[in-house]
Amino acid sequence: MAAEGHAIDALGQFQLHTVGSFIGASVNFTQANLMMVLSAGVVLALLHYGARPRAVIPGRLQALAELSYNFIHDMCTDQVGEEGKRFFPLVFALFFFILVGNLIGVWPYAFTFTSHIATTFALALLVMVLTTVVALRLHGWKFFSYFVPSGVPKLLLPLLVPIEILSYLSRLVSLSVRLFANMMAGHVMLEVFGAFIVMLGAAGALFWGPAALCLATDVALIGFEFLVAVLQAYVFAVLTCIYLHDAVHLH
Amino acid sequence: MSGGEDGGGSFEDRLQAARRRQGLDTRPSEQSGGPDSRSPSALGIGLRVGVELVSALAVAVAIGWWLDKWLHTSPVLLSLFVLLGGAAGVLNVWRLMGPDASHRAGRRN
Repeated sequence: MAAEGHAIDALGQFQLHTVGSFIGASVNFTQANLMMVLSAGVVLALLHYGARPRAVIPGRLQALAELSYNFIHDMCTDQVGEEGKRFFPLVFALFFFILVGNLIGVWPYAFTFTSHIATTFALALLVMVLTTVVALRLHGWKFFSYFVPSGVPKLLLPLLVPIEILSYLSRLVSLSVRLFANMMAGHVMLEVFGAFIVMLGAAGALFWGPAALCLATDVALIGFEFLVAVLQAYVFAVLTCIYLHDAVHLH
Repeated sequence: MSGGEDGGGSFEDRLQAARRRQGLDTRPSEQSGGPDSRSPSALGIGLRVGVELVSALAVAVAIGWWLDKWLHTSPVLLSLFVLLGGAAGVLNVWRLMGPDASHRAGRRN
C-alpha cells in the first residue's frame, strides 16, 4: 500500500472513500464521517456511563468524567473569566471531539478526520463566527473599536486598521492550519518511515539494520503522535477560550 | 460581633467575602492560569510563531488576489495586501511573544 512500485505514497491514506455499502455511497458517507460519529459517540458514552453511578467516591470512569469536566470548567473560568461558564458546553464539545478524533486516528486502520483542512476549517469557522456574534451582541457597534488600537496618532489609523482586521481574520487560518498541519504531518511521517521499513527490508539482509532503525523511529513517532494529539486539542480549546475572552472583554 | 454601629461594616465585609467566594471582583485565577498554560517547548513556540506569520500573509494574499480579480486592478491591490499581511503577521507574533504578552489571555494594549 505504502511502497507500491518503489514510490512512497504517503498521502494516499488521506483519500476519502465511502463506507456502509450503497447507503453510504448514496449520501457520501465517508470514513471521515464515520470517525466523527464514532468520536462523538465515545464522548457521549464516557459522560453517560461516567455519570451514571453518581457515587460519592467515584470509580475510575466516573473520576475520568469528573476530571474532564473540571478541566474544561477551570479552563473556561481561567481564560475567559466568570462569563466563561456560559461557553463551557461549546469548549467541552470542541475539546473532546477533537481530542478523541486525534486519538482514534493513531489507532491502526482508523482515520484521522482532523487531518483534513476542510474539517478543521469548519471548526475554526464555527469558533470565529461565534466569537464575532458574541462580541456584536454584547458590545454592539462598539465591537468595531476592537480594530482601532488606542493611543495611536490619527494619521496612522488608515494603515493600522486594515492590519488589525487582517490580524483578526488570520485567526481563522492559523487556528485551522495549526491543527490540520500537525495531524497530517505526523501521519505522513509515520507512513514514510513505515514505507522505508518495507523497502529496506526487501532490499536484502545488508539493509536490515537501517530498517530496524526506521522501525525504532516509527515507535518513537507513535509516542510523539499521542503527545501531539492531546496538545493540539488543548491548544485549539485554549485559543477558543482566548478568542472568547477577547469577544467578551474587547480591550 | 455585628453590633449596632458595626452593622454596615460587617455587611460590607460579608458582601466582600461573598463576592470573593463567587469570584466576582478579585481574579487571582487569571494570574495562576497564565504562566502554566503558556510554557510550551521551543518547538511548540517555533511552530506557533511560524503559523501566525504565514496565516496572516495567506489571508491577505487571498483577499488581495480576490479584490484584484473583482475590480480588474491586477497587481495593485495584491501587492498592497502582501505588505499589509506581512505587517499583520508581525503584529500576531508581537501579540504572542511581545513584552506584555505574559499577562495575557488575549489582553491588548
